[in-house]
Amino acid sequence: MSHTATAPEATTNHALRAYLYGLPGVDEVGARARAQDLSTRSIKTTAKAVAIDLAISMVDLTTLEGADTPGKVRSLCAKAALPDPADRTVPKVGAVCVYPDMVATAVAALRGTGIGVASVATAFPAGRAPLDVKLADTRRAVADGASEIDMVIDRGAFLSGDYLKVHEEIVAVKEACGDAHLKVILETGELNTYDNVRRASHLAMRAGGDFIKTSTGKVAPAATLPVTLIMLEAVRDHHAATGRRVGVKPAGGIRNTKDAIRNLVLVNETAGPEWLTPDLFRIGASSLLNDLLMQRTRLSTGTYPGPDYYTQD
Amino acid sequence: MAERRENKKKGEGAAKTPAEDSAEVPARLAVKKTYKLYLGGAFPRSESGRSYPVTSADGTHLANASLASRKDARDSVATARKAFGGWSGRTAYNRGQILYRIAEVMEGRHAQFAEQLVAAQGITRAKADRYVRAAVDRWVYYAGWTDKFAQVIGGANPVAGPYYNHSAPEPTGVVVVFAPQGAPLLGLTSVLAPVIATGNTAVVVSSETAPLPAIELAEVLATSDVPGGVVNILTGRVGEIGPHLAAHADVNALDLTGTGEQAVEFERTAATTLTRVLRPGPQTHGGEEAWLDTDPGTSRMTPFLETKTVWHPVGV
Repeated sequence: MSHTATAPEATTNHALRAYLYGLPGVDEVGARARAQDLSTRSIKTTAKAVAIDLAISMVDLTTLEGADTPGKVRSLCAKAALPDPADRTVPKVGAVCVYPDMVATAVAALRGTGIGVASVATAFPAGRAPLDVKLADTRRAVADGASEIDMVIDRGAFLSGDYLKVHEEIVAVKEACGDAHLKVILETGELNTYDNVRRASHLAMRAGGDFIKTSTGKVAPAATLPVTLIMLEAVRDHHAATGRRVGVKPAGGIRNTKDAIRNLVLVNETAGPEWLTPDLFRIGASSLLNDLLMQRTRLSTGTYPGPDYYTQD
Repeated sequence: MAERRENKKKGEGAAKTPAEDSAEVPARLAVKKTYKLYLGGAFPRSESGRSYPVTSADGTHLANASLASRKDARDSVATARKAFGGWSGRTAYNRGQILYRIAEVMEGRHAQFAEQLVAAQGITRAKADRYVRAAVDRWVYYAGWTDKFAQVIGGANPVAGPYYNHSAPEPTGVVVVFAPQGAPLLGLTSVLAPVIATGNTAVVVSSETAPLPAIELAEVLATSDVPGGVVNILTGRVGEIGPHLAAHADVNALDLTGTGEQAVEFERTAATTLTRVLRPGPQTHGGEEAWLDTDPGTSRMTPFLETKTVWHPVGV
């Protein structure tokens, strides 16, 4: 059911609106039921072990606090490279996600590990800053070595129907990113309806985003399963229409292994197994990693480990 | 169907006197209690959905109790861990008030507890009354200890140097209590109260054959201002859930009183995660009678305390 119309040639607000309102509406009840249904899948033993390792490799280990210090970022980076010092078979995480001023610290700490640094930019989390400030923010983070940029869209403009402004901002930030990957944060908790989530997803992909991300983690509700489902449908349809694969990153509120595995099931059943890779699916989280490690230890040793055995980042 | 009954009632009601009418009322259906687990302040069924029959001393069926599974054990440890910060952070005085409140509420349900002991153990009512009174008194006893044990166990240490040296006992964390098998109420109270009096949170594995008084006690705890998760009570087989609790790395201490012959095995398992262990004492096989000592002292509190010592320079 590919419903992505061919992209309009001239980008005007009128054309964008016509395109976005041409997308079919989301069946809210259906989306919830589908997400609920898929979340009851039972993933056990060997399949669970594979899922846990995959989930660990997809974690964007995140610290986005006003109280972040270089020391905290460095310890987070150490954990990203070697999540469980007692077990070297644990894969490293997908990336480390920090504020722009911490990028240089993180890049230095991760040198040689092969782990990229993602930086939030564009006046995260509100996004309420002039465009040139947002672009300067982005360029600085890239110059400091960030390989991925997590930008926020202008929700105010989106909700007031100024799609062109949102589109142009994403295009401009994408250009400022250079070689760095661009993740576009939709902040679905502020978009009010599932229809808006679908429209924002398609708008972000059209404007050139490499990833679409649910939330900043600063607004509740964050990454709910139905929202992730709708975004996964959007990337699937975008691929069917254009041949380009866009990634999805749910962030915020995914705290335990069960939630992470539910997300993986959703990816497999909605976008397809091609998306089950850190290049196309990431999970933004901080406390999730410890729970994944505890479940991993539980599977391999048979005894329940305690949280005291893992570092608090 | 409903309509037919309606008609019948009308027809008969006209012909009969009120006395005859009441004679026709069928015997009231028994309202039997479902005995469930006590977890995080709520009463859930076992996650496994299993239960097992509980019989009286002479073999009559009393009720079905939940048969706790490995996952119930895991959940109860997680709940107890969550409750630990809040409970240990309360003032000792407040913990004392709450323990005294347990005694108050329990006193009001004296008859119910006594009947249950008579049924479970086949003892005389007089004896059961004595045990229930002793159990209530036990809560009062430990309520008194909450703000006094620190002075008795801790204090200033004489050191040869210009330091003020001070030791204070702190609760160890989550304690798994295997309640004594033959002493379902007084024995259970005597092992549980000292654990929570000092600020620990507890996961209790009740007596296997007589779990009903433990759940009855849970109902008292649930209405005595004890925060949810401070005491969690599992009914089931020690042999099934015990090994998982002994191996659990987030358990800080084990009271092995009710583990019988498995005590040594559990202690060995617990050693792998440096879990504190209180070995079964001489009271283990004595039934409720063995727990009647009115002044048990601090011997059941100290095994579940950690000593924090502070060296503070003098004159700086």
